[in-house]
Amino acid sequence: MKMKLATAALSALIAAGPALADLTFPSLSYRTGAYAAGGIPFADGYADYFTLLNERDGGIGGVKANVLECETGYNTEKGVECYESTKGAGALVYQPLSTGITYQLIPKATADGIPIHSMGYGRTSAKNGKVFSNVFNYPANYWDGASGAVNYLLEINGGDIKGKKIALVYHNSAYGKEPIRTLEELSKKHGFELSTLPVDHPGQEQKSQWLQIRRDKPDYVLMWGWGVMNQVAVQEAANIRFPMENFIGIWWSGSENDVLPAGDAANGYKALTFHNVGTDFPLFDDLKKYVIDAGKAAGAGDQVGTVLYNRGLYAAMLAAEAAKKAQEISGKADITAADMRDGMEALEITEAKMAELGLPNFGPTFSVSCENHGGDALVGVTQWDATSKTWSLISDFKPTDGDVIGALIEEDSSAYATENNISPRCN
Amino acid sequence: MFYREAGDFKTSYQSDSQTFPIKFDRYRYYVVLVVAFGIIPFIINDYWANSLLLPFLIYAIAAIGLNILVGYCGQVSLGTGGFMAVGAYAVYKLMTAFPEVSMFIHVILAGGITAAVGVLFGLPSLRIKGFYLAVATLAAQFFLVWLFNRVPWFYNYSASGQINAPEREVFGVIITGANAPAWATYLFCLVFLTLCALIARNLTRGTMGRTWMAIRDMDIAAEIIGVNPLKAKMTAFAVSSFFIGISGALFFALYLGAVEVGEAFGIQKSFLVLFMVIIGGLGSIFGSFAGAAFLVLLPVVLKVVGADMLGWPTDIVAHLQLVIVGALIIVFLIMEPHGLAQLWRVAKEKLRLWPFPH
Repeated sequence: MKMKLATAALSALIAAGPALADLTFPSLSYRTGAYAAGGIPFADGYADYFTLLNERDGGIGGVKANVLECETGYNTEKGVECYESTKGAGALVYQPLSTGITYQLIPKATADGIPIHSMGYGRTSAKNGKVFSNVFNYPANYWDGASGAVNYLLEINGGDIKGKKIALVYHNSAYGKEPIRTLEELSKKHGFELSTLPVDHPGQEQKSQWLQIRRDKPDYVLMWGWGVMNQVAVQEAANIRFPMENFIGIWWSGSENDVLPAGDAANGYKALTFHNVGTDFPLFDDLKKYVIDAGKAAGAGDQVGTVLYNRGLYAAMLAAEAAKKAQEISGKADITAADMRDGMEALEITEAKMAELGLPNFGPTFSVSCENHGGDALVGVTQWDATSKTWSLISDFKPTDGDVIGALIEEDSSAYATENNISPRCN
Repeated sequence: MFYREAGDFKTSYQSDSQTFPIKFDRYRYYVVLVVAFGIIPFIINDYWANSLLLPFLIYAIAAIGLNILVGYCGQVSLGTGGFMAVGAYAVYKLMTAFPEVSMFIHVILAGGITAAVGVLFGLPSLRIKGFYLAVATLAAQFFLVWLFNRVPWFYNYSASGQINAPEREVFGVIITGANAPAWATYLFCLVFLTLCALIARNLTRGTMGRTWMAIRDMDIAAEIIGVNPLKAKMTAFAVSSFFIGISGALFFALYLGAVEVGEAFGIQKSFLVLFMVIIGGLGSIFGSFAGAAFLVLLPVVLKVVGADMLGWPTDIVAHLQLVIVGALIIVFLIMEPHGLAQLWRVAKEKLRLWPFPH
């Protein structure tokens, strides 16, 4: 009986849904579940940027953008359902927004010819476009993050961190394990001492890890955390009086949600980033005029200008620019997923282009090519000011250690290529 | 009316004790088989396979497995997620070590390995019972997840600790990986589900099933009449884990394709399968199907109706889904504590008498 109901419901749906001549951008969001605090601002930013384009410019190249939102709850199985239910609607690019869903969609989307943009997460070695034809992770990935953090430490220590002790506190999952290999290589190169401290999901219990940090007294602590783990870690660091300016989180550990609960104690905490913070950009005036004041903001509309909102906005901006590029290459306004893939591969973000969009210095400049799907890997650092409750960019987007990372990417992607019988492209 | 039993005589013990003694039921069963094997594979698409049918078939296998342990043998287990992980990692190691061997054999071997692990973790059941056994199996759940996360050998030393299913074939048809056609993955799972259900049904009404049920109903009395509790409990753990291992292997290799142990096989999975068994009906094969269908299909149907057809915001639909599924579970458990299977039994009784109930 239930099957019959489902059949009826679905056939009604298929009959009701007309073929839309829109540019469809699915948003696999998570507004519910354990990580909702991080998922809501990103999804809002992503949707608001496309709303702005529709309201102000009449879409992209004259075609309206349609954001198809599907709730995953950060759950892989729901992610599969979302992918299957939206791909038929002419999806142009997927932002899976979870390492688990990304890993799962890499082979599927490649087989279906739809590009994936895993911005600052997912499989790092997907930067190698020779192996991963449909996966893009520009402008920066986790290994760039690890190297960016070490470069920043080199910079503030006058280029020498030999003998310094660096601890990595990480989420004990695929995501958290990502930087370890890179940091190990870098510790050999620069002579610092690395210790790793795994925190099990969800990360509410970190007493023993921070006790160990208190005992070992590392000079710097890096963190690969997500969700509630970040808040707990910042609080625990404050509890053991660890100097906050020596505590650096990855970009997923650097939003308002992570530092506000600790109050003044979080002052000086740093985080890596690949996009700028705040609302001090001309685009936000348009956003206020066309979207927020017009009552068209996604969600509750209270997230504008937060770190993760800006990240969603940035992702949408890159997707829209790639779509424009695709329209330019293919010569038609109504592009397909294959055109979109070509557009993403030819994407070039310059300072002039960002200024033209009303987002000067909002992110690093980079260009994508057939071999390089990861951009130019520039990483910046932000710092939290607890009195004014704002993040500010304290170190501009700077290059990372391409030699070390390039070798690791080559190794990991060629292992994937042999495992899956992929012959390299771009020859 | 629906059940015309007049003239449906049984002339042998065999026909009297068959699974579907009523002719109408038997024909319906054949129709379901014909539709499932003969019609659906021709009309199936990716959405139907990956969103509805594969999870339903796979969870139904897991629910049958857990039902044998909890429903038939009365041993509470919260280790289902961990045992599914054993099946998944076993099939992954087998697939990558022996690429030329058929997936049929790999999946069955993965079930066998899980059965051995299940027996090992079932040993405490000889001394502890009830809630205490639930805690012991909970330990298995956490230990197994920790093990697969901790020891790199299990995930072939990949950088991220994820396992990915490479492309493998059965009789020349690709069955795993992204290029596998929907009908092939569906049929592969369906064959396993059919075999598992047949085996489970016939085990539970034979000597073995009777010893399980004797242990469930009163273990001391069972021991006095000559049931060997060691053998009964260990076989229940072995058979149950075998099925759960198969479902874990299919879950990883055919359905998800890439798995991270903590996320895919966490404690939530154990609870989900246990809820399927409880809602479907303890000690009923049909109940396992009904419970799996209820918990797999209902959220998707609610999502399709709420978000896609009515256009409500996705977060509201997701929250409503939790409320509705939760409320339905409570309503079912109050109105019909024996689950959907009992509901079906009552409905069938009524239909047999209709339109002249006495």
